[in-house]
Amino acid sequence: MNHSGAEFLMLRSKTNTMRWRRPALSESSFRKILSIAGVFVLLLLVAIFFSLVIASFPSIRNFGVRFLFSSTWDPVKSEFGAFPFLLGTLATSFLALVISVVFSIPISIFLGEYSAQGSTATFIKSMIELLAGVPSVIYGFCGLFLLAPLVRMLEMKLGVAPYGVGIFTASLVLSIMIIPYSASIGREVISLVPSDLKEAALSLGATRFEVIRKVILPYAGSGIVAGILLSLGRALGETMAVTMVIGNSNFIPKGVFSPANTLASVIANEFTEATGSLYLASLIELGLVLFIVTTIINLIGKLIIRRMGVEG
Amino acid sequence: MKEPSIRRRILYDKLFKIIVVLITFCSILPMFFILFFITSKGISVISWRFLTQLPKPVGEIGGGILNAIIGTLMLVGIGMAFSVPVGILAGIFLSEGRKGKLASLTRLCVETLQGVPSIVIGIIAYIWLVVSMGSFSALSGGVALGLMMLPVIITATEQTLKLIPGSLKEASLALGVSYSRTILKVILPAGMSGIVTGILLSIARVAGETAPLLFTAFGSPFMNFNVLKPINSLPLMIFNYATSPYPEWHTLAWGASFILIILVLGLNLFTKIVTKRWKVQF
Amino acid sequence: MEGTVLKIEKFSAFFGENQVLKEVSLSIPQNRITAIMGPSGCGKTTLIRCINRMHELIPDARVSGKIFLDHEDIYATDPIIVRRQIGMVFQKPNPFPMMSIYDNVIAGYNLNGIRLAKDEKDRIVEGSLRKAALWEEVKEALYRRGTFLSGGQQQRLCIARALAMGPAVLLLDEPTSALDPKATSYIEELIVQLKDTVSIILVTHNMAQAARVSDFAAFVYLGELVEFGPSGSMFTAPKDKRTEAYLTGKFG
Repeated sequence: MNHSGAEFLMLRSKTNTMRWRRPALSESSFRKILSIAGVFVLLLLVAIFFSLVIASFPSIRNFGVRFLFSSTWDPVKSEFGAFPFLLGTLATSFLALVISVVFSIPISIFLGEYSAQGSTATFIKSMIELLAGVPSVIYGFCGLFLLAPLVRMLEMKLGVAPYGVGIFTASLVLSIMIIPYSASIGREVISLVPSDLKEAALSLGATRFEVIRKVILPYAGSGIVAGILLSLGRALGETMAVTMVIGNSNFIPKGVFSPANTLASVIANEFTEATGSLYLASLIELGLVLFIVTTIINLIGKLIIRRMGVEG
Repeated sequence: MKEPSIRRRILYDKLFKIIVVLITFCSILPMFFILFFITSKGISVISWRFLTQLPKPVGEIGGGILNAIIGTLMLVGIGMAFSVPVGILAGIFLSEGRKGKLASLTRLCVETLQGVPSIVIGIIAYIWLVVSMGSFSALSGGVALGLMMLPVIITATEQTLKLIPGSLKEASLALGVSYSRTILKVILPAGMSGIVTGILLSIARVAGETAPLLFTAFGSPFMNFNVLKPINSLPLMIFNYATSPYPEWHTLAWGASFILIILVLGLNLFTKIVTKRWKVQF
Repeated sequence: MEGTVLKIEKFSAFFGENQVLKEVSLSIPQNRITAIMGPSGCGKTTLIRCINRMHELIPDARVSGKIFLDHEDIYATDPIIVRRQIGMVFQKPNPFPMMSIYDNVIAGYNLNGIRLAKDEKDRIVEGSLRKAALWEEVKEALYRRGTFLSGGQQQRLCIARALAMGPAVLLLDEPTSALDPKATSYIEELIVQLKDTVSIILVTHNMAQAARVSDFAAFVYLGELVEFGPSGSMFTAPKDKRTEAYLTGKFG
């Protein structure tokens, strides 16, 4: 055998003696470790849910279902009811949703249809995405010092009590914060509308507006709704910005300009001062309610998106 | 001879486009407003003393945010310590076991975890750590932040590894490299840029969080390196100062906000730019 | 007299319910080039992937029968050990993009955690690159990433990487089908030179290539080994009618 052949035989015997050295980690062991990581995440979520339930137990046992409908929140008398906060949460979130949709749908149409490529589109897209990156406390800070005085002036003009803070202010701040969520998903579903559908309509003489109204929006409709649902989920759980501008009142809000509290903001405001296990348990039960509601809404939204084949 | 309705349709079309464009451009105004106000109110506060001193009691002039900056770094560090290894492993699990039942269930849990409100995460960290330890601590705050970072890292890892072509895995296995080494020494390094991006994004997400720290890290006017004691953070400090009745503290809060927003938005922009550069060609 | 390096005995392969290989029996001669030909879907790629046990990456793959490498049952050994003795080069060149040329060649050792002295590594790298007819072209750029190389050069890099492990058998799965004609002929010349060093099994759908390069040829059709023999006689006077039909282009 020639020289190179002998050299390779030597190499072969080297790899052969490795036969007796065991490989690093067998495949099945490694796969087991990986699945342990997966199970860990699973257990984490389960633990989160059960921790919330167990910790709210004193409150659940004491008040039962009427917790959700009672409007008394009185730490002195140990009477706790979630209704004012459910109202506050729903009011701020839905108002914020309505306001944000006015902006996010046009943004989706602009970025998905009119201007899908190019530097303008990239610029606008980045600016909208940056909105999502601004910390909540900074929104609250700006809301408190910049927006609230303006709202106060508006309230004085309208003859309402000039708090400046309240549901209206909170909804305004919230609406800006949730625009990016529905805008980005809306943009994706709109850009995914097959171009042959659009071209068919255009070739029949439809204007672009009509194509958008009659072809694109119906096709992308459920995806846009899903994006809106997701931004609702975000709005429901938002804490700091809302806490700083909602006025911290535990009573049922009388109107859109009244101060109020949301599920999240009352927890933020009162948790560290809660004395007594029932008080704390009630606050935690509010957290449990918040957890359940946001999870359901987020999962519905994600389900719709997945059905439409968009990468969340 | 044009029918009047066609003219009207064209008019509506033009009008619609104008409205859409106008609203779109209006919607980026808040971003400019925020940046403008924070910069104008905050930049005058920034000084070397501001960045390196501890906060002073009310009434005394000056004071700084050093403990808040250090606190933020420590809390993010603790969060990373547990979310990065677990997150990467779970991400590998999801990308390798794509169709399995456990994988689908895990993916569902990751998505759910992502949507949990930050204040609820704070409650959880309170129940798990503050109650059992008997006091507020940096550890509980760090764990809360870690819980929020976890889903971001897992998703980024899974998405990155999914994009790596199977030929790479085949090449390694055909050389007689074990499965575990193939994943850890070939696949993971190939996806490193995407994973690092995910980690940076998760940091950007939690660096500005206040709610999960309200009753875990709790805040402190002192400098603290002890993981078992309360600790301050930039967003916490901004919240406390902004909602206080003292105008001097408001001014400090604007300065701190300026630092925070530069940090967070800077991280976001950085990851966007770097993602494009780091894309590996296969 | 030729020795046999690989003995395949009544080997069958199943993917789920589907039987892809039907009781194939074949003796691969040592230090020769054996071409495995057949129309697409006939099972030739499955066959060689069963030889280095790469088919096990597919979830519901099952095999029966035996394959012996130098009298050792490769299905009784750890697949990792098997793969170190049987190298594979793929259709599309797949050098590791994160590694330099040097590290690519020595990857089989590095990734396995096998420690070698620096000069031993240098020897292996140079030796393998020379054998793969790539040394002169890359010797100045050993520490650069391999991605700037042309398709043909990348494929030779993959060959060098496989050779560095000192395998007894080298499996080539349509190694030139993704390359231009010039690179193809370069690699064909290379393959012929390599048979002194390793025994080569070449899967190809290109009959002309098989005729040019191989010493022995096997024709596989619908999972069965139809005919096997010296290339010279097989291409000019095939014994089986199906072989003849394939060679004359009656089916693809």
